[in-house]
Amino acid sequence: MSNPPSNLLPILDRFGPHLNRSSPVRLATDAEPDRLVKTHCCFCGQQCGIQLKVKDNVVTGFEPWYDFPFNRGMLCPKGVKRYLQGAHPDRLLTAFKRDTSVPEGFSPMGYQEAIARVATEIGRIQKTYGNSAVGVLSGASLTVEKAYLMGKFARVCLKTPYIDYNGRLCMVSAGAGNKKAFGIDRAANPWSDIPKAELIWISGANVAECAPITTEYVWQARENGARIIVVDPRITPLARTCDLFLPVKPGRDIALFNGVLHLMIEKGWIDRPFIEQFTVGFDKVAEHVASWNPAKTAEVTGIPERLIRQAAEWWGTAKSSFLMHARGIEHHSHGVQNVLGSINMVLASGRIGREGCGYGTITGQANGQGGREHGQKCDQLPGWRDISNPVDRAHIAKIWGIAEPDMPGPGVDCYEMFRKIDNGEIKGLISLCFNPVVSLPDNNFIARALGKLEFYVAIDFFMNETARHADIVLPGSLQEEDEGVVTQIEGKVIKINKAVDCPGDARQDWRIVQDIAAALDRPTGFTFTEPRAIFDELRTASKGGVADYSGITYEKIERQYGVCWPCYSEGPSGKPIDHAGTPRLFEPGSWNVVARGAGPFYFPDGKARFNVAPYTPPAEDTDTEYPLMLTTGRVVSQFLSGTQTRRIGPLVDQYPEPRIEMHPQLAERMGIKDGDWVTAESRRGDCTLQAMVVTTIRPDTIFIPYHWPGRKSANQLTISAQDPISKIPEYKVCAARIRKADGPPDWAGRLEPQQG
Amino acid sequence: MSVPGHLNFYIDPARCIGCQACVQACTECDTHKGISMIHLETVDRAHSTQTIPVVCMHCDSPTCAEVCPADAIKRTPDGVVQSARKPRCIACNNCVLACPFGVPKMKVEFELMMKCDMCYDRSSVGLKPMCASVCPSQALFFGTREEIEAARPQSAPIDRFQFGNQTITTKVKMMGPRSVAGARPEHLDVTAALDPNPPGRSISLGVLNGSR
Repeated sequence: MSNPPSNLLPILDRFGPHLNRSSPVRLATDAEPDRLVKTHCCFCGQQCGIQLKVKDNVVTGFEPWYDFPFNRGMLCPKGVKRYLQGAHPDRLLTAFKRDTSVPEGFSPMGYQEAIARVATEIGRIQKTYGNSAVGVLSGASLTVEKAYLMGKFARVCLKTPYIDYNGRLCMVSAGAGNKKAFGIDRAANPWSDIPKAELIWISGANVAECAPITTEYVWQARENGARIIVVDPRITPLARTCDLFLPVKPGRDIALFNGVLHLMIEKGWIDRPFIEQFTVGFDKVAEHVASWNPAKTAEVTGIPERLIRQAAEWWGTAKSSFLMHARGIEHHSHGVQNVLGSINMVLASGRIGREGCGYGTITGQANGQGGREHGQKCDQLPGWRDISNPVDRAHIAKIWGIAEPDMPGPGVDCYEMFRKIDNGEIKGLISLCFNPVVSLPDNNFIARALGKLEFYVAIDFFMNETARHADIVLPGSLQEEDEGVVTQIEGKVIKINKAVDCPGDARQDWRIVQDIAAALDRPTGFTFTEPRAIFDELRTASKGGVADYSGITYEKIERQYGVCWPCYSEGPSGKPIDHAGTPRLFEPGSWNVVARGAGPFYFPDGKARFNVAPYTPPAEDTDTEYPLMLTTGRVVSQFLSGTQTRRIGPLVDQYPEPRIEMHPQLAERMGIKDGDWVTAESRRGDCTLQAMVVTTIRPDTIFIPYHWPGRKSANQLTISAQDPISKIPEYKVCAARIRKADGPPDWAGRLEPQQG
Repeated sequence: MSVPGHLNFYIDPARCIGCQACVQACTECDTHKGISMIHLETVDRAHSTQTIPVVCMHCDSPTCAEVCPADAIKRTPDGVVQSARKPRCIACNNCVLACPFGVPKMKVEFELMMKCDMCYDRSSVGLKPMCASVCPSQALFFGTREEIEAARPQSAPIDRFQFGNQTITTKVKMMGPRSVAGARPEHLDVTAALDPNPPGRSISLGVLNGSR
């Protein structure tokens, strides 16, 4: 049974989230740090360079790293205050076991004893129910080394097909779309191409709050004369001063892309020579968009026709451009189609693979890119290989020293894993870097499913909300307590450097995983002594794959301020080369491992693919009972499920609790004023939060940020509908309704803002 | 040590995204650690996401110092107006009331006026102040005139401000359009800009309501 104590207060008292603020040693102005460690922020996919100040094995602050080219010292508030996650009162300093005799539900235990218990339970479950009865959940905030090790651990040590990761909630629609259209899944251009473009198109990306440093690149483009088009149901901070704002109805992005392509074709604003020489499939797409005339597009998207025509003209006639998108178009039951629709627009314009002509998805997590390349996805092997492909399997089985038939086949996405927990197929669970009771949609179901597990072990540095359901919690490591590489927003591999040692019994995550393998008496392949050794094996494993890291070394990363993959160790003829990496993809005449000279795109014929992207409405459309669209997203001072940022005082102060954003027309109709308690309901759940009445949102849409747990969680309402290809959940639209609440919820005044 | 003459501080409110990186980073400066001196003003959140960061403008003839009865506020020769000096400041609040930009903060717990000192520990050795270092939109920029002229061809620095009959010139510069009706703006008339009906409001309303 994996249910948390029903009374939350003792567990909150013991494990938090509590707020960390600057302690005396951190406030001292005369305390010179022992050293400055050049590394990167632990949060989003931009991976800003930062120097951590270290004194007496504590990170005491930061100093801007002006020389790191991507951010040149710039940081968002999360980066500024990230150091407060260290030396935190909530830090898990020992292993813990479920103990119903104490009010907080857990009591400390020795690390070795905990590992032994984990091995015994996993062994028992696998012996009783089979190897596949144990599942693994991992995450895209882990280094590439850890992500690689988790994939290997599931397949080689546990011999289970069931591993998936929290990038399933993040990057998979972009990944699948890019793979279908380009044969490779990575932002096509370095961000330095943004200021060189004369038109910037941003679809479904709250750049200012979710990727703040990218703002400067966009503003620089504007200074250079660029126009900016933003497509969003909300006037985000960056949209406030854009040249054209298209207030799209949530879930209708493909219709807009098809409508714009329709006008491009009608007006002759397409690059025929490029389409003929470098692409296939245009005619079918042209035929498909023929019906998407401006009137129909306007009706479906909710965007006035004149704005659609204006956008098409600017996009169609631009000489250079950069199109970027993020979860706003990807978190849909047709997320892959949305991505393909946007890529069709790019391919028809011919503006890709050149300086100032770019396309890219904005990655979410620290290693949102690298975390999706090396085998912690359910259907994937390292180097972006396919676990169903016999050649790929043989290659990796050889490196792992196992017989190919012993390697499990493809598993299922993380949400499907919870369905398998619910129906009893999966009995045991290991999680690292994943907080699904906050982050997955319809999370009341997730909490119920966790209760059916026979054994659950969570590895984390704090007692996150999901770990409260665990039988054993193992104390893991913070980002600054380990080294390794991550791959940032531009596909550039950069190096995380260790600043401090793990406190107490806490261990680097890869050591914990290896300790479990050893205790299971299956140590073969899990005897690495340092991250560099894991990286070296990964380089070999990735060699020859699309995501080829074989030419990357820690030293090259430091020398070049990062290396963009693919980075080959051998040239086309098989001779060893010193490859600098590939900052810009698809350049004319470029060589890649798939096309082998046939063309710049990653298909055997070297050509990009147009894909017909049919419009379908959201899985749950509005009706008279639930007449509003609920969309969810982030605020700038919080990150993902908040395990870290809801423990940092100044970040909680900045935006303490979620609010329901709504337009005054809607508020007035419902008799709601700014600050009133309002109940939002969907068919799955409800939550009562305070209203934020603003004209910067569509009147038919409400917005709730998702970083909070329990009764404050937006994911009580969201729908578990998933894209059929990418399996990404539809966080960005479901049907909802609101009413003025009778009074404050029972947690008001009882729980601190960050708790739930 | 003093702030090198070729380095200047520029504010461009049009770039501000309200992320508060400046507010958070301000507390990391060693001259006022733990206390944020910057102001980040939310203009009218009900109708706009517009925000404006305000640091001390470091006036050539600082009103705060002029009204200080205790002569506690000093402007160093490099043009930086410092926080009130502890033994002299009598916490009378005159400076807080008089500053046309609303910059000084009265910290009653210390009985001391504190204000933005351009992170003097940093800027006096040629380093960027904390806020301008981290600002993700570079609405706050610290660098040379040549750098900003080259990087921002659409805008130009202004260091003269009109408050009714009072003209103020400042060390910190505000970025405005490089050209208004064909001419380069020479000053900002702050009091005239306090028009009660900013036009942006009706524009954003119109778009969201789907009107043509």
